[in-house]
Amino acid sequence: MQVSDDNFERFKKCAVEVLSVEDAQVVPEATFESLDADSLDLVELVMALEEEFDVTVEEEELEGVLAVKDAFDLIVTKL
Amino acid sequence: MGLLDGKKIVITGVLTDSSIAFGIAKLAQEEGAEIVLTGAGRGLRLTQRTARKLPTEPAVFEFDVSNPNHAQALHDVLAEKWGRVDGALHAIGFAPEACLGEDFMGATWDDVKVAVEISAYSLKLLAEAVAPLMTDGGSIVGLDFDATRAWPAYNWMGVAKAALESTNRYLARALGPSGIRVNLVAAGPIRTIAAKSIPGFQKFEDAWMDRAPLGWDVDDSSAVARSTVALLSDWFPSTTGSMVYVDGGFHAVGA
Repeated sequence: MQVSDDNFERFKKCAVEVLSVEDAQVVPEATFESLDADSLDLVELVMALEEEFDVTVEEEELEGVLAVKDAFDLIVTKL
Repeated sequence: MGLLDGKKIVITGVLTDSSIAFGIAKLAQEEGAEIVLTGAGRGLRLTQRTARKLPTEPAVFEFDVSNPNHAQALHDVLAEKWGRVDGALHAIGFAPEACLGEDFMGATWDDVKVAVEISAYSLKLLAEAVAPLMTDGGSIVGLDFDATRAWPAYNWMGVAKAALESTNRYLARALGPSGIRVNLVAAGPIRTIAAKSIPGFQKFEDAWMDRAPLGWDVDDSSAVARSTVALLSDWFPSTTGSMVYVDGGFHAVGA
């Protein structure tokens, strides 16, 4: 993944705001568990991302989303 | 003309757009009601985001049923906003992890009392907030999962729902003289974010789809929404203290 990607910056902005983490922590390999984010946090992040990117994500699609990369991929494939 | 034209209705329990309460909120708006949502704790931010997905974005108030001051606070903001309330939906439940799953014997009173407080006593708290504003009569409806029998994995949440069912009857008795109806909708299983946190939920799904005479779709809460909106309307004028099954008929058949 191209981490300097503009989309990733927008993704990161949402993650920092919703999960209350530092910019530097939001890297593709980071798991949500390592960011202290549970399932409710993840749902809230996805709702923020839906607004930011104007996409729709079904809750079922979150199954198997464990790392930042998984969530980012889920969003960009919908753009 | 809508079933709830002109009615002012308080809706708790909207967490995401898969929440049963979301379907009810949406249908209530479509049927002419003016609504507000309430949320609590860390779920409040989710409620605020989800509010934006409704046809008309409603106000969102904080109502944390574990805070003894919040019933009065909710009453006060509703008094200021509307001066009158016609209906309220109780869609609040929570049980610590130890209360659910394989081991019924593992839960302690500290676990169980949280489940009972948040899931059952809270119906009284919601009534405390809205009943004084139901000056023209009113309807309070709670979401239930049939607690007259023991389910796999549901454990102490089932015990809390039994307390909810009893609270419903006593509230009906207490508030009936004021023209306020209090009822529960005992819904079949719906795959919400709350349901997904119940280990063994799959067992309910399979049993329901096999046995319910009318069939059952765990991904479709529209039947629950319609029935709840009916109970919030003027079309169940003499029904209170009841539990209305919206379960595809599952409760009525043995196998």
